[in-house]
Amino acid sequence: MAWQWFHRLGSPKWFYEKTARWVQVMGWLALLMLGVGVIWGLGFAPAEAKQGNSYRIIYIHVPVAIVSMAGYYVMAISGAVGLIWRMKLSYMVMKAAAPVGAAMTFLALVTGAIWGKPTWGTYWVWDARLTSMLVLFFLYLGVMALQEAYQNQESADKTCAILSLVGMVNIPIIYKSVDWWYTLHQPATLKLTEKSSIAPEMAYPLILMIFAVYLFYGWLVLSKTRVEVLHREAKTQWVKDVAVGGR
Amino acid sequence: MTFYFDSLSDFLWMEGHGPYVWVSYFLTLIVFVGMALGPKLRKSKFVKQQRALAARNETAKEVVNHESS
Repeated sequence: MAWQWFHRLGSPKWFYEKTARWVQVMGWLALLMLGVGVIWGLGFAPAEAKQGNSYRIIYIHVPVAIVSMAGYYVMAISGAVGLIWRMKLSYMVMKAAAPVGAAMTFLALVTGAIWGKPTWGTYWVWDARLTSMLVLFFLYLGVMALQEAYQNQESADKTCAILSLVGMVNIPIIYKSVDWWYTLHQPATLKLTEKSSIAPEMAYPLILMIFAVYLFYGWLVLSKTRVEVLHREAKTQWVKDVAVGGR
Repeated sequence: MTFYFDSLSDFLWMEGHGPYVWVSYFLTLIVFVGMALGPKLRKSKFVKQQRALAARNETAKEVVNHESS
């Protein structure tokens, strides 16, 4: 009985119907939170003592960077579930997570580079944090390219899952890079276990933005997965009903 | 909570850091909007294809029925 939900999750039709409401709530909530977070961070949070106003990039940079790493786990674990339990839906989540993760990593790299110019005096340095993030970006691109490289969907799914799992080794390296190596990049500002090195009036909008970007990510992956379900199940009667009935 | 900047031009200029901040936010906006539109466009394309396919099957059936009667 307890595992019934897990078996149901394997059914694309059940998933598509159940997530219809969720996806709408998540989308609007993400939009609202992003809006409030951006206005708060840009206009109401005070300027930082040493960095001035350039630090306001943090409200984008940190959330997208966190989600780009968490998103890699989402992709790799979905791949693993697909390999172990042969769950089709899980592979669809993996496929949907790749481009969203790549975009988040891209934004983390670019906003970081822009922030680097007024703060470090340079857009880019080949230090541990930046280089390992660049590797993350290429891993995402690799999974996306592999997905397109196969005629057979099953082969594509399996190969992508394996690449995702192998690439997972990079995530702890990124996370720990600022402690293990001497880098220009500052260590984590928000800490769960010790006192954070950021003033509360700057931290609240940051925490809000982190949740908002997480929610936006969840909404995107869910929306992409739902469309992928329709494509892969196109031959079934229920998808035909959805498409022609316009639900 | 009060607005941090004294004027709109202050807010836009941000003591010289404005361009860096605004470019970052603008770029993120473009990428986010682009990503948000992706699944919607892909779904409407799919629905259109499926409807065209269904319509074609309907006509094919009608032709067969017509010929057999």
